Amino acid sequence: MTADVLTIDDALTQYDPVMGLEVHVELNTKSKMFCGCPTEFGAPPNTQTCPVCLGLPGALPVVNAKAVESAIKIGLALNCEIAEWCRFARKNYFYPDMPKNFQTSQYDEPIAFNGWTEVVVDGETYRIEIERAHMEEDTGKSTHVGGATGRIHGASHSLVDYNRAGIPLIEIVTKTIEVPPAKAAAVARAYVSMLRDLLLSLDVSDVRMDQGSLRCDANVSLKPHGSDVLGTRTETKNVNSFRSVERAITYEITRQAAVLSSGGKILQETRHWHEDTGITTSGREKSDADDYRYFPEPDLVPVAPSREWVEELRATLPEAPSVRRARLQEDWGFTDLEMRDVINGNALEPIVATIELGVTPAAAKKWWLGELARSANESGQDLDALGVGPAEVAEVQKLVDDGTLNDKLARQVFEGLLAGEGTPAEIIEKRGLALVSDDSALLEAIDRAIAANPDVVEKVNSGKPAAAGALIGAVMKDMRGQADAAKVRQLLNEKLGI
Amino acid sequence: MSDLTRKTAAELAELMTSGQASSVEITQAHLDRIAAVDGDVHAFLHVDTEGALAQAKAVDSKRAAGEQLAPLAGVPLALKDVLTQEGVPTTAGSKILEGWKPPYDSTVVKRLKAAGIVILGKTNMDEFAMGSSTENSAYGTTHNPWDLTRIPGGSGGGSSAAISAYEAPLAIGTDTGGSIRQPGAFTGTVGVKPTYGGTSRYGLIALASSLDTPGPCARTTLDAALLHEAIAGYDPMDSTSINQPVPAVVEAARNGDVAGLRIGVVKELGGEGYQPGVEARFHEAVELLTKLGAEVVEVSCPHFEYALPAYYLILPSEASSNLAKFDAMRYGLRVGDDGTNSAETVTSLSREAGFGAEVKRRIILGTHALSSGYYDAYYGQAQKVRTLIARDFASAYEQVDVLVSPATPTTAFAIGDRIDDPIAMYKNDLCTIPSNLAGNAAASFPCGLADEDGLPVGFHVMAPVMRDDLLYTVGAALESALAEQWGGVLMTKAPELEVTR
Repeated sequence: MTADVLTIDDALTQYDPVMGLEVHVELNTKSKMFCGCPTEFGAPPNTQTCPVCLGLPGALPVVNAKAVESAIKIGLALNCEIAEWCRFARKNYFYPDMPKNFQTSQYDEPIAFNGWTEVVVDGETYRIEIERAHMEEDTGKSTHVGGATGRIHGASHSLVDYNRAGIPLIEIVTKTIEVPPAKAAAVARAYVSMLRDLLLSLDVSDVRMDQGSLRCDANVSLKPHGSDVLGTRTETKNVNSFRSVERAITYEITRQAAVLSSGGKILQETRHWHEDTGITTSGREKSDADDYRYFPEPDLVPVAPSREWVEELRATLPEAPSVRRARLQEDWGFTDLEMRDVINGNALEPIVATIELGVTPAAAKKWWLGELARSANESGQDLDALGVGPAEVAEVQKLVDDGTLNDKLARQVFEGLLAGEGTPAEIIEKRGLALVSDDSALLEAIDRAIAANPDVVEKVNSGKPAAAGALIGAVMKDMRGQADAAKVRQLLNEKLGI
Repeated sequence: MSDLTRKTAAELAELMTSGQASSVEITQAHLDRIAAVDGDVHAFLHVDTEGALAQAKAVDSKRAAGEQLAPLAGVPLALKDVLTQEGVPTTAGSKILEGWKPPYDSTVVKRLKAAGIVILGKTNMDEFAMGSSTENSAYGTTHNPWDLTRIPGGSGGGSSAAISAYEAPLAIGTDTGGSIRQPGAFTGTVGVKPTYGGTSRYGLIALASSLDTPGPCARTTLDAALLHEAIAGYDPMDSTSINQPVPAVVEAARNGDVAGLRIGVVKELGGEGYQPGVEARFHEAVELLTKLGAEVVEVSCPHFEYALPAYYLILPSEASSNLAKFDAMRYGLRVGDDGTNSAETVTSLSREAGFGAEVKRRIILGTHALSSGYYDAYYGQAQKVRTLIARDFASAYEQVDVLVSPATPTTAFAIGDRIDDPIAMYKNDLCTIPSNLAGNAAASFPCGLADEDGLPVGFHVMAPVMRDDLLYTVGAALESALAEQWGGVLMTKAPELEVTR
């Protein structure tokens, strides 16, 4: 092997990536999937357990009806068909954090199937086919102690927290995603981001990627240009931010391309994503021979949601994202290009929230795209991780509206906010950013400008009032920008008798 | 010998109601009896002397305080060791659970406690209910009180032996393929498998989830009905529980009127392979019912012959998965945990040491049957057979109200006789398995002694889902008719056990 990875450009000149995404969503139900234990995140280990979720001998599961409701809502929002009758199945394999040594899941009878959704990347809309969305339970959480890496390899012992065991999960599985190769990773990111927004709007999950309530596994394989033969795929597990989805997929494309182009073979395996180093490493080898011995869960009865119930739930769904986008664009009066920038900047939801706080669409867009999205992009962060939200944006714009700040000063306030210097008021105070509203100071500056520019005054007096602009510029410069230009114009006009 | 141990549960309840005996006296009498004979019988794995007496005392106090009590309050009972009872050792007859004390009560135990029924202890069984003789128990074989050299049946041999040895008037069993009815037949007692879903499985250590059914064991039909009523009914903790009123079993057991009842004799359950003495007693019982006014016809259930092979695919498949939880991580036996072995190795060593041969056989069988490439041929096909058997029942019940057959092809066999021949052992359950596959109600009632060996024969009655009352109608009619011949229930014919202590 010559190089560990190719550049993404080199990789894509030879190969087309093929992707499939499996997203696990922890539902926000109050109790677990099959028992009454609470689901609250962060409780002391093994305090939210009972005979059922510990898999004690004799204990039996009972399906959480609220979880079924959430599953149906997710299915409907992804344009899926909802099964009239479906069952749970047992997925049999041994692992110490799985209390029963089988996971109660759904196999060939998912609650929702055959759906689709859309994402927008660089103004282009990509349709993503949804194979299925099914219900299952989470496993416990293992912590491997005593090793250098926190992984099981090299650890002296492991601790298992069963609080997570039995938390309801929905697994959303896409069909194969084939988009223009250069867009693949960005489409994947946009898909996960879209799912997050969708799930939030449905109020079925907290969708906290940092807490693991939304986890993405990315299946990636490469096929040579023009080939119909699918390559061997790898499954990169637990990619836990939008940006990581894009990075991990890009990395896998470049890694697999390097292996293949040097004559190597891709191993079918799970891979671990390392956020810090930006690479994936080999995990467990996985083959199609893995046999989970699925069979219908005999401890549960089939789930048969009535059509009436499904239609009731459909009626409660929020507007579909594409319909909503079109409506918002029209309401806001944005051009297609402007709307595309908003979507690509992941700024749609923050702008909506900012407008709800009384800011005009144009101003909201100006700050979110011009300042915040740009900054997030430069620092490689997700927009919602910046620590500046709609409330701060609205506060700054209010200060602009009342003449305390102008746009230029407002930008400096944002700079301060991003640097964590405090509230807008504190930043204005600390940085001395407020506009000078004292007329006498302005009049003095006007006098200085008139004295320094007799030729301009001459032009104005000879009937060319437009020339006064140069004087306003001079005053603003004199005031180091901390003056309201409109106010300066008014005072100057009075002075010159225009 | 205390008289109190010879009484039926109904009689004991009456003695307590009328103030002639206390629950403590009755409980102590049974504890004494256990101490006297269980060395030979070995029906019990654990006797909860303190717990039982405390429960009895509590019932007596409530009665003294004038509280309204359930019909069986204060009556002692033996509990099959497959049901959890909080704080009391529960092993399911396996080494892998040795020393485990469940932190919770099964629903059956909750209901027993609520009814004031005194739990004497846990009874022996084939490991994880896999077997027909108790020879697969990790804790030794139970002996049949009718003949101590013979097996008492299984898996619930301990429960049936306990009542036929007068160690308890009542017992709880669980029936997956005949584990209540076959021991009932072999010990001359009544064993009822309620409709699947009629009694809760919550806290029943699962063998095969789609087949397991807890039910009552007693020496009389009425006692069985009283216990049935105490434990049955909808349980929200068990998804497969049926949300309907409990059939009127006690009323049926008191009336026992079969006039006009249509009874179908299953053609396929008899003939070749059936012991002549078993067939003789069975047919006499059918004639007796005819004399009592029942209409008897022969009915064919053509798919019953496939029940046994289908059962031995479905049961191991479910069991292989149900038993996966025994991994030495959270409870039970742990072998090889010396700080160097991985969790995986400890699990493997613990299962190797903790499971017996029959359990391993069925885990391997089930794992294979569910494997990709074999699933359709084995598990899938077996489920189709199951559907066909259910249809056989459905069409039979269009013609008749209940079906009848011998409960077992033979009487109790000698200890060691079939332990090396699994197929011969499995054939014990030929008559009982179809009802488990279809989820119907079924029961075995004593119908006499076989001429060849003088051992009890069981009369098997099968009834539609949630018509458990019909079982008791037939059982009570038979019992009272035969009592006229015998001068009491069949158990009165049993030989006296030698009191060893």
